[in-house]
Order: sequence, then structure tokens, then C-alpha cells
Amino acid sequence: MEGRHFLGTYGLSAGEIGALLELAEYYCRVNNDPASLPLGVLRGKMVANLFFEPSTRTRLSFARAAANLGGEVVELEAKTSSVVKGESVLETAMTLQAMGVDALVVRHAAAGVPAFLARSLSVPVINAGDGAHEHPTQALLDLLTIRQEFGRLEGLTALLLGDIRHSRVARSNLYAMRTCGLRVRFCGPPTLVPEEMTDLGAELAPDVDGALREADVVYVLRIQHERQQAGMLPSLAEYRSLYGIDARRQSLLSDKAVIMHPGPINIGVELTAEAYASARSRVLRQVNNGVAVRMAVLHHLLSRPQD
Amino acid sequence: MELLIRGGTLVDPAQGLHGRFDLLVRDGVVAKVAETITPAGEKVLEAAGKTILPGLVDLHTHLREPGFEEKETVESACRAAAVGGFTGITAMPNTNPVMDDGRTVEYVRLQSGRAGLVRVWPVGAVSKELTGRELAEIGLMHRSGIRAVTDDGRGVSCARLLKNALLYCRQFDLPLFEHCEDEALAAGGQVHDGVAALRLGLPGLPASAETVMLARDLLLAAETGGRLHIMHVSTARAVEMIRQAKDDGVRVTAEVTPHHLLLTEDAVLGFNTFAKVKPPLRAAADVQALRRGLLDGTIDAIATDHAPHTEAEKAGDFLSAPFGIAGLETAFPLLYTHLVRTGIMSLGLLVEKMARSPAAILGIPHGSLEPGFAADLVLVDTEREWTIDRRRFLSKGKNTPFHGWQVTGLPVLTMVAGKVVWKAGSEK
Repeated sequence: MEGRHFLGTYGLSAGEIGALLELAEYYCRVNNDPASLPLGVLRGKMVANLFFEPSTRTRLSFARAAANLGGEVVELEAKTSSVVKGESVLETAMTLQAMGVDALVVRHAAAGVPAFLARSLSVPVINAGDGAHEHPTQALLDLLTIRQEFGRLEGLTALLLGDIRHSRVARSNLYAMRTCGLRVRFCGPPTLVPEEMTDLGAELAPDVDGALREADVVYVLRIQHERQQAGMLPSLAEYRSLYGIDARRQSLLSDKAVIMHPGPINIGVELTAEAYASARSRVLRQVNNGVAVRMAVLHHLLSRPQD
Repeated sequence: MELLIRGGTLVDPAQGLHGRFDLLVRDGVVAKVAETITPAGEKVLEAAGKTILPGLVDLHTHLREPGFEEKETVESACRAAAVGGFTGITAMPNTNPVMDDGRTVEYVRLQSGRAGLVRVWPVGAVSKELTGRELAEIGLMHRSGIRAVTDDGRGVSCARLLKNALLYCRQFDLPLFEHCEDEALAAGGQVHDGVAALRLGLPGLPASAETVMLARDLLLAAETGGRLHIMHVSTARAVEMIRQAKDDGVRVTAEVTPHHLLLTEDAVLGFNTFAKVKPPLRAAADVQALRRGLLDGTIDAIATDHAPHTEAEKAGDFLSAPFGIAGLETAFPLLYTHLVRTGIMSLGLLVEKMARSPAAILGIPHGSLEPGFAADLVLVDTEREWTIDRRRFLSKGKNTPFHGWQVTGLPVLTMVAGKVVWKAGSEK
């Protein structure tokens, strides 16, 4: 892994991913026994949540993970601004480091900001999502969910559906899934699914219905209203009709196939309420696994012997 | 006042010379070129073991003054130019105030006269304030000495204004330098719209942002008969389109930068802000096409697009960092090392692309050492091996993706009008 930081799944080995998943699996079991919490792994350590972009679940998930490990969490309410000023982001991070925080969890709307901070800081930086670049802990929690479901990763087919172009989740999952031996297929409107993704290891699936029949994992991505304003989609209603997971499309799935989504969901656009609530949906399982995966990452980065 | 430059190897493609020649300079002008000139009491400059080239001419230089003196000044750019073997550079108009009237042109000329180093040829704006709406005072600027017009930094997005500018410039025989970038297609783009962009999750600048505007420009150049010069060509398709337009008789010329000839989109991986530039570094196939275009004459000239920025600006995160590469001090050594020594092109052709050809585009009698031309020249030690170190640049802009590259060939003396303006070992 890139030294002391956790910036992306690109370049992680199957062994590194496997070790984190094992640790996360262990923490899943621990979390089911609330009496054993908090643990002492992060005793005396402080993790800063530095979110420059609104987030509920990822921010809370990291906070919960740190608390479960016995660490303290400081939340920084960073003002979001459409004009990104790199200097002020760095200044904020340096200030937190000077206060003695032990790790920074960073989310930013601009790709590359966590990597930029990592170059200048000595404490570990964890990427909690940067622009359309990476969201590595999301990919790990997704892999954990899939492995729990099928008992393996190798040889499964994942279909990622929707706005691939703007999705950090799609990228982090692509790299991690390919490394772990999954077949990864992308499907969506051509304006949102760049063909060059094949150079990064994805297959493009032109026909959504056919692709659904072949998938073990149907991974649905959030469709944002902004894509309509940017001229990439005519309307959310048209998207729902062409690519949304509804009762008919659900009926195409194989018996064992599951539906996943990174959240937050636009119910009624990419996924109907029924599909979200169906027995195939693993959305809440993903959220639950998120805490364990983040515990594993914090543990991995913060409890190593001093070097 | 006479000076004899003796014992060097002269490479001057404009005269078809490549061999051992002596040069006699009288009053700043080349008086005589011959295999042997017997000294007759004049000052002698021994050039044995050195290669004598016509001084390099840069078609595309951002001097940043007035307005952005923290990035570069006329003087610091002239110093960097002299170190790099350039005896003349242009001054792009995207300053503050914009060089869109005679007074700003006069100011830049005044500053370059004060620096007293290399020649500076101002390039005026096409439109007032670079807003693309009304024509700038091109005629008055021409009277003050501009050699071309451009809205560089952006293209002329209004087709009607471009058409009028091409027509209007005909009376002065001024070329219009175009930065081809369709703003709607390029909106928000950071790097080439290819695999590296997808990996980094950065919005792409598609090849079509260049070619869509280029297609329109070529049509308007054909229709008006105006002189169109395409700056920093970056895509394979653009090379093909320019080749076709030249075959069709359109009055078009083109330039390419050293970085587009040497680097691909992969240079940005790791969010390397030093490789963030417009147009973006493209795919390997584009690099190959640009090299072919240079060799077959489709691309007339090499230009640095020297775009200095401060350390603080380039030290920010990728999206906040400005576009641009500082190129004056590295252009010749890089190309000599990677294109000439590797056998891709001859030194004579490189000199033509960096001296006579750009001078011809500007319509000035430079870029050759034929008797009667100004004694603007550079002595190069073609065997000297060295490592590019951005911290040692004399330009204020230290923003280069070539830091640490090993190169061979170093300009060791630069002379303008017979006067030495820089000599290796003389830097502070």
C-alpha cells in the first residue's frame, strides 16, 4: 500500500485486500457483540474527519469505526465551496496535524486532494472519496458484502449500472474487483460510460437486460439531476425507463443475484422502492459492513509499530 | 567594430551549410561566411569544438509583464531565453492590462530595451480585453511593432469575429495565431480525455475541442485568404487536417511544443501539476503523428509556449493549479537529445524549425547567418551531458515536468547583434 496512507484501491495487491477483508470480517463479528465495545486498539488516538463535501453515511461510519476501536473523533465542519482553494485545504490539514491528530479522513469534491495532502503530511491520510477519482473504503465494504454472500470473489460477475463517468465508487470497485478475480461489466447511457474504461479492465455491456441476466452482483449507481443540466441525460424519467431497476428487470436476474448500491439512493429513479426493499437488496448489509471495513483500515494504519 | 568567430562548425539550413566555417561580424551584422577567414586585427572568438547555430526564435512566449510580475518579467524571460539559446522571443498579449493597444506594446518594447538581452517581438490581442467581441486596435499596434495577433489563452470563439480579424489583418500581412479550443467541448477539462483522465477521475479535454475549432478556422482562412497560424498543435487528427489544408492552398502554418513532442498523458499520473498544460499532453499515437508532421513539413515550427507560474500556484492541488510549462531553458537540449541524437531528425532540420521557420512566420529577417543578417547566434557544446534542474532556471517559472532528465547539448554562448548576452559560467 502507498506507505502510511490509504488513497485508493489502484495498485493494491490481492493479498493486501484479502488481509483487510479478513480483519474486517473479524470486526464484523466483534461489532455483533456490543458488550465488547469499545476496543482498545486506538486508545489515546484521535482521528479527524475532514469533509469538504457533504456526507452522512461515510462520515458517521468512520466516526463509529474510530469509536468502536476506542479512539477519539474530531469532526471538522469544512465549508464547501465550488471554488477549491488547495492552499486553504492544506492549511486546515496542517493545523489538525499540529494539534496532534493521528489520522485524517478526507473527503473532497476535487480529485487528487487527498493525494495532495498526503504529500505534505506525516500523519496517515485516508481517502473518503475525492471527486471522480477513488473511494477505496467503499470498494472494500462492497467486496466484503459480496464475499459474505457468495463465499468467494473469484469468478463472479459484477454489473455496475449507471453514471460510471462521474463515479469514484465505480473506479475503486473496478480496480479492487479485477484484482480479486471478478469480471466487471459497465452499463449505462453512452454519455456516462466512457469506452476507454475497457483499457482499465472493464467490459462494456451494451444491452442492460442481457447483462442483468448474466450478473451475480447488480451494483446500481446514483444518478444525479446535474447530469440532465449538463446535457448528458434528457430526464430522470427517461433514465428510469431505460436503465432503472424495476420489477420487470428484477425478474431477469438469476436466483442468487444480489442488488447493491453505495447510497444515497434516488428511490424511483435508478431503483424502485420495491427493488430497494426486496430480498435481493444488500444495501443495509453494505452500510453495516462499512463500519467493520473502516475499523480494519484504521487498525491497519494506526496500530502498526513505530518505524 | 569587427569580430571573427573562428574554428566552429556552422549549421545554417537556410544557407544549406553544415560544416567548418568562420564568420566575420561587422557592426552587429554577419559580413562574411567562409571556410577560412584570415584575421586582420579584429577581435577573435575561438569556437573550435563548438557548433554555431543561428539564434533560436520563439513564436510563443508568455512574458507575464505587465500585471503578473510574480510569475515572470520581460527581463527574467529574456535572461531565460538567452540561456536557452534563443536570441528572439515573442510577447503574448494575455497580460494585465491586455496588450490590445499601442501603449502596452510600447511598454513591453521599452522593458525589453531596458533588459538589453534578446529581441522581443510583441504579439497583440485579436479582440479588446481578449473578450472575443470587438477587434483590438490591430493597426495601431502594428504601427507600434506587433508581429502577429492572438487571443491566446483562449481561441476566438465567435466565427464572425475571427473571419473579420483574418480579413482585417491582410492589410498588414499579419498572421493570426490561434489557440484552437472549443470552449463548450473543453469546459472544465483538466487533462487529455483518455485513460489517464479516467484513472484520475479528472474531467477530460477531448481531441475534438482542438479539431472542431481548427476545422472552422481552416475554412475561414480559405474563405478570407488571411494568414492563419495554429499554435501548439496536439492531436493526430489536427496534423492531418493542416496537411490537407496546405495541400488545398490555404495560407496556414503550425507550431508544436517540445512537451507535446516528448510526453504523453501518462505524465499527469500521480496528479503531477507540472504536467498540467493546455492543450493537454495526449496519447502516444498523437506524439508519433506530431513528430511525423514536423518531419514532413506539415508543422512548420517548434515553439515553447513558455508559460511560467509561481511555485505556490503549482504546489496547490491539481484542480487549483494553473495550466502551463516553463520551456525556454530546456527546449533545445531536450529536442537535440531526443530527436537529433536519436536519429529522428537532423540538427539542420531542428534548427530550421526553431530559427528560420519561426522567423519567416513572424516576417522578420532572422533565423539565418547569411551575410546581411543580424549576428544573432548561439554556440552549442553538443557533447556536454547535464541534468535538468528546475531550481537553477533563470526564469521565475520553475514549472517543468522535465526536472531530473538527463540531456546532452548545452548552449554555451548567446549573441545578439554581435554582442554576447550570455555565456556559460557567467551566471550569478
